[in-house]
Amino acid sequence: MSEPKLDLLQGTLDLMVLRTLEAMGPLHGYGIARRIEQLSGNVVLLNQGTIYASLVRLQQRGWIAAKWGTSDNNRKAKFYSITKAGQKQLARDTAYWQRLAGVMGRVLGMQK
Amino acid sequence: MMHFVREALNRLRSFFRKEPLDRELNAEMASHIEMAIEENVRRGLPLEEARRHALVQFGGVQQARERHRESRGLPWLDVLTQDLRFTFRTLRRDRAFAIVAVLILALGIGANVAVFSVVNTILLRPLPFPAAQQLVRIVEKNPKTGESSKTYTADATQDFQQQNRSFQSVSGYFAFTGPDNFKLIGGDQPAPVTGILVAEGFFQTLGVRPPAGRLFRSEEFVQHAQPVALLCYPFWKRQFGGDRSIVGRTIDLNNTAVTVVGVLPDTFDFGSVFSPGAKVDLFTPYIMDDFRDDGNDLALIGRLKPGVTLAQAQSEANELFPQLYFEHKHAEYGKGYTGRLTGLKEYVSGKLRRSLVVLWCAVGLILLIVCVNLSNLLLARAAARSKEFAMRDALGAGRGRLVRQLLTESLVLSGAGAILGLGLGFAAISYLAHQGSIALPLLSMVHVDGAVLAWTLLIAVGAEVLFGLAPGLRISSGNLQETLKDSGQGSSASRKHDRMRSALVITEVALACVLLVGAGLLLRSFLRVLDVDLGFEPSRAAAISVDYDDGRNAAKRAAIWQEVVRRASLIPGVEAAGISDNLPMSRNRSWGIKAKGGDYDGGKFQGVFVYIVSPGYLKSMGMRLIEGRDINWADLSDNQNVVIINETVARKLWPGQDPIGRIALAGGTEARVIGAIADVRETSAEDDAGWQMYLPATKKFGPEGCYLVVRSKLPPGTLATSVMRTLRQINPGQPATEFKPIQNLVEHATSPRRFFFLLVSIFAGLGLLLATLGIYGVISYSVTRETQQIGIRMALGATQERVLFGVIWKTLRLAFIGISAGVVGSLVVARLIASLLFATAPTDPQTFAAMVVLLGAVALLAGYLPARRASRIDPIIALRTN
Repeated sequence: MSEPKLDLLQGTLDLMVLRTLEAMGPLHGYGIARRIEQLSGNVVLLNQGTIYASLVRLQQRGWIAAKWGTSDNNRKAKFYSITKAGQKQLARDTAYWQRLAGVMGRVLGMQK
Repeated sequence: MMHFVREALNRLRSFFRKEPLDRELNAEMASHIEMAIEENVRRGLPLEEARRHALVQFGGVQQARERHRESRGLPWLDVLTQDLRFTFRTLRRDRAFAIVAVLILALGIGANVAVFSVVNTILLRPLPFPAAQQLVRIVEKNPKTGESSKTYTADATQDFQQQNRSFQSVSGYFAFTGPDNFKLIGGDQPAPVTGILVAEGFFQTLGVRPPAGRLFRSEEFVQHAQPVALLCYPFWKRQFGGDRSIVGRTIDLNNTAVTVVGVLPDTFDFGSVFSPGAKVDLFTPYIMDDFRDDGNDLALIGRLKPGVTLAQAQSEANELFPQLYFEHKHAEYGKGYTGRLTGLKEYVSGKLRRSLVVLWCAVGLILLIVCVNLSNLLLARAAARSKEFAMRDALGAGRGRLVRQLLTESLVLSGAGAILGLGLGFAAISYLAHQGSIALPLLSMVHVDGAVLAWTLLIAVGAEVLFGLAPGLRISSGNLQETLKDSGQGSSASRKHDRMRSALVITEVALACVLLVGAGLLLRSFLRVLDVDLGFEPSRAAAISVDYDDGRNAAKRAAIWQEVVRRASLIPGVEAAGISDNLPMSRNRSWGIKAKGGDYDGGKFQGVFVYIVSPGYLKSMGMRLIEGRDINWADLSDNQNVVIINETVARKLWPGQDPIGRIALAGGTEARVIGAIADVRETSAEDDAGWQMYLPATKKFGPEGCYLVVRSKLPPGTLATSVMRTLRQINPGQPATEFKPIQNLVEHATSPRRFFFLLVSIFAGLGLLLATLGIYGVISYSVTRETQQIGIRMALGATQERVLFGVIWKTLRLAFIGISAGVVGSLVVARLIASLLFATAPTDPQTFAAMVVLLGAVALLAGYLPARRASRIDPIIALRTN
């Protein structure tokens, strides 16, 4: 029995999408969802459909931009790419997470 | 952070682009799933399996859509729109309820808006002058004896102006002008015009700036200066069509060429502030030198220097005034005034504070009753919809959503009621502002402004919270699921609900009782005022201002007066005619009187109201001569100095003796007493009669005006033409002055009291109506609910009468509790308004009894109809229905 999957908070999914787009370049919604799934090793509980809420949120905040295009298989799809503002936000959030993870690790791992 | 703003703007944009965005999303999701299927197929799954797997991976499509929408637009706005749409649908289904609710809300809010506007203008807002808090009215200390004691002589005024250090400027106006004192010649008919004489610096003291022309200059206040005038805005618009070129031109006033130097702004209404109910057309300079011998005739105002308090100015006044001489030329007249300073605003409206506060509370009570009534209605409605709520709760709406729905409903009702109420209030305010006949200060300045709108919003929200609360609470506290199972009769929830409704109705009845008792007491006072023996007969008498030219010759004047009275008496239908220079209850002036050789409380200036009259005046006014005789024409032509006094004077000057034949010093002149009349109410029906004397128009006693008073059974309309014709025969230049029934003067004086009484009565009537509807609603509802029970009882043998009385008994019990609470409340409230009552005790038992009976009877009526319905219940049908 595999471990129960982690429920994702709204903000964390946004962060993952941003990082994915920064690393992979422009991707469509399906691509992003698949990539996150693969990276998380199927540990993350992700209904692929929830990605669209995250995408529209990031788009409305101006952190990603969208454009219709064609995929490899000549299918029409909406491609997303990270913006400058998005990159700045990503850097900020990454730093925050790393600090948080460090602190949590130390506090939770403290000896009696 | 910028992204918040960007997100907000984008959300707003998305809100309006729902359909294209939805389409895009659908396309995107379809594409997503297709790609997933492709990948699964590539991995080796069969097509069906690939599709199933892809859909599982995707998760709920609808859910994804909803999450997307939540992130995208304005979800709260969506919910609000949905709630509103639902509300409108349900209200449209219940049209009668919605209309009734909005109507009574509109009445309550409208009344509040109107009253607040009046209170705001008269009490709260400062006077429409710059730095109005510096303005002060200067008055003699004993205001009970008429205008003369509120005024000062020219010499005293100038002395005070020079000696004081507290005021930037002091000025005043001639306080004894009657209406139509000027005649404007030009055009086909001479027109009567009212003009007030103002002292130097009057408008500058107030801070009034003319939109056209200029104010008076110092050189125009010198004797024999060229006559000038300032026009009032409404007069300028009416008479000269708002033509700016009138400034600098001359007009003909009383056969004198007067130059118009300027026009006053339309925001300046002299009557509003200084003489409620009066309409002034123009102003001319009060030349001190012309009036040095004239006695106390200037009413004073002043503007304090910045930083000087009223208390400081008052202590200075306490030192200065007793030193002021009446007249420098006659130092033997003595000196010694007192000066009491009151802020001008306080002076103008202070007396009304009590009444207005009472009015405000009354209208607040009405709104309270309205809210209670609405609460009841909504509660009943919520009860009727309880199954609907339970269903919706079961389907997942959640209590919060239901409460929000109810609040939206009450918000919509409240909003509609507020808008309609504002409209009603606005109409009422416009009507009031044009009622020149009500002698309330500042009434013409009542209008809707920002404060009024803010107040409307406040009470609308307050009302909504009040009446939306009850049903909301009920929903949030009750067990919704129970109602789905319950058949609707006699469960404990509905009994608690019943109690709540009864409590609300009892409150309504109590509040209505308080209003009714208040109105009843005011009515009693008003009737008592009307009942007062005025000392003269105002009905069937009318007066008209007569114009004549006597060339300042007393003998000629006597001849003219005699001719006028003679011809007037000959008009068919006229019973009596006479002339007086002053009418009761309009302006008044007083001189001094004392018994020759006698000496009364030294130093105290006892003002006596003076009337310069012709023979026949007493009869035409219906005054009662109790001793002696009236003046006759011989007295006038022979310049006999005689006087008629009233009872009070006779008693005070010659106590216990016969006043006829005695010599009195009237205004410094010896006069023989030839008659005594019964007391006449001079200032108003509510004050004491005061001292009066009637002097013939001889050389010594110069009249200030000329009013022909005519007594006749004919209606004033027909009489007016005959009288005017007669006057024109004598003097073709007689202007078209108004033929005023004396009754109007009396009514004008009582108009404020009548105004308040009328308003409070309207509110009381409204309250009674609402309480009646409340009782009817509750009783009717309980009968409906208990139909089955009643049916059972009748089947078991109860007669129709028993059922009828049962319901009526229930009604009476309800009413009884309400009325008892109301009576207690009324006793408290009545004590608070005691100062507004006239000759009526605040615990007047007749009023209380009458109102209790009225309420009881009305409650009985309200309960009777449902009672009859109950008694007519057919047991068989009742038992069958559920």
